[in-house]
Amino acid sequence: MTTLLTVDKLKVSYPTRTGVIEAVRGVSFTLGKERLGIVGESGSGKSQTGRAIMGLTPKHGVVTAERLNFSGIDLINAPAGERRRLRGKRIAMILQDPKYSLDPVMSIGRQICETLRTHEKVGKAEAHERALAMLEAVQIRDPQRVFDLHPHEVSGGMGQRAMIAMMLIAGPELLIADEPTSALDVTVQLDVLRIMDRLVSERGMGLIFVSHDLRLVSSFCDRVIVMYAGKIVEELAAADLKHAQHPYTQGLLNCMPEIGSNRHPLPVLDRRPEWAA
Amino acid sequence: MSAALQVDDLSVVYDHFHALKDVSIAVEGGESFGLVGESGSGKSTLLRAVAGLAPISGGAINIDGEVLKGSKRSKSFYRRVQMVFQDPYGSLHPRQTIDRLLLEPLAIHGIDDSDKRIARALDEVGLGNGFRFRYPHQLSGGQRQRVAIARALIVEPSILLLDEPTSALDASVQAEVLNLLEQIRRDRKLTFVMVSHDLGVVTHMCERLAVMRNGAVVERLSSQELAGGAVHEDYTRNLMIASKGFVKA
Repeated sequence: MTTLLTVDKLKVSYPTRTGVIEAVRGVSFTLGKERLGIVGESGSGKSQTGRAIMGLTPKHGVVTAERLNFSGIDLINAPAGERRRLRGKRIAMILQDPKYSLDPVMSIGRQICETLRTHEKVGKAEAHERALAMLEAVQIRDPQRVFDLHPHEVSGGMGQRAMIAMMLIAGPELLIADEPTSALDVTVQLDVLRIMDRLVSERGMGLIFVSHDLRLVSSFCDRVIVMYAGKIVEELAAADLKHAQHPYTQGLLNCMPEIGSNRHPLPVLDRRPEWAA
Repeated sequence: MSAALQVDDLSVVYDHFHALKDVSIAVEGGESFGLVGESGSGKSTLLRAVAGLAPISGGAINIDGEVLKGSKRSKSFYRRVQMVFQDPYGSLHPRQTIDRLLLEPLAIHGIDDSDKRIARALDEVGLGNGFRFRYPHQLSGGQRQRVAIARALIVEPSILLLDEPTSALDASVQAEVLNLLEQIRRDRKLTFVMVSHDLGVVTHMCERLAVMRNGAVVERLSSQELAGGAVHEDYTRNLMIASKGFVKA
């Protein structure tokens, strides 16, 4: 398998008045055309890792790494213009909540066309056609109607499909999905995941799936990285989840209430300081 | 047995949209009752209607045998019924300290001994006195939801309305908050009405539940029946499949 992305000792820190906050503290992994899950609680640095790869760390944040390489391009030293050309074209990102991450004053269709026309030389008519085809690919029943709607006029599930359409239209090689279904209903979650599953397989993309839901990630990905306090505490194949060694991973697995299991009280994480070491 | 909360043929209409269509539920005292459904099914509207936060156009609500009229609620009602909202980021005043937040309900209801009560309320939800003079933005989501629970409990209600109390939280923090809620219910013999879209959470927390869709109750069953698969409606079955998680094609 060819390596698409190499991350070696990635660090993200934020200097503040009261000292430096280290959000990511030396994360290393490689990614081919496969599905990698990054799991952890809020504040574990999982989203910061995704954002650093995408180049979306805020200006006051400091990103360092021994290597941060995307198909031969050194992302750490790449000029801003080159990062901008990559973003949306070769690396794309799906965000958590379509309510906040779509442009509220632009129709969905125009936003999709904008992505396409930023990265490819296509005419208006062709962009329109391809946007409609993409909306159809994410199983929107009436693409023509949805094309002209604004984000506030569609449901959460529909908005998230529109975002997937927008991210995939330029044909990225790497897709970073940051909690893509956490803001959705359980039933809609499955629909959106199925669409993502199909498109990622068909188009042969690398996928980084960031989520706090270990079960969901393991059912969707080939490999899972578990993060705690900015570091990787365990890496394992999704199929081996039952044999997880680290108490944190086991804790994350056990804390979900399930239908038919009778565990009162639910087991909770006993966070130990040595995990963060 | 008399119901602690009885709702008969309740309707809520916004302009021309029927958010609730003749919904009836009965919750016994000390029971934990769950409401499940997708967004827009009316489950939150039902809770809000009970709390007087939605325009009621028909039907009746009974609390401990007392009939509530319209959408206006008395002060004594809020001594008995309190609500915890979904979003701990939106339901706490951003410019008030935790101390001030917890003082507000005490001041409204003219309850004295506020200093001790606030300390005890924070202690009960597992937050020490160190949190008392912090602001909401200095707390994590789980800690904020604990403050929201403390705020509801401080007037010593007998019924707690919980609107997706853990859906904005991480799975690991969710377990902590659910355990806390169970503990409190046991200690204070509270009645819970809990809304959630997660069947796992509802069956864990509640003895009986109602499944809602498009503003109406489609099925009523006990958690055991649900766990045993004694489900009659396809809609409920779909929710069960969905809660089991994604299965690769």
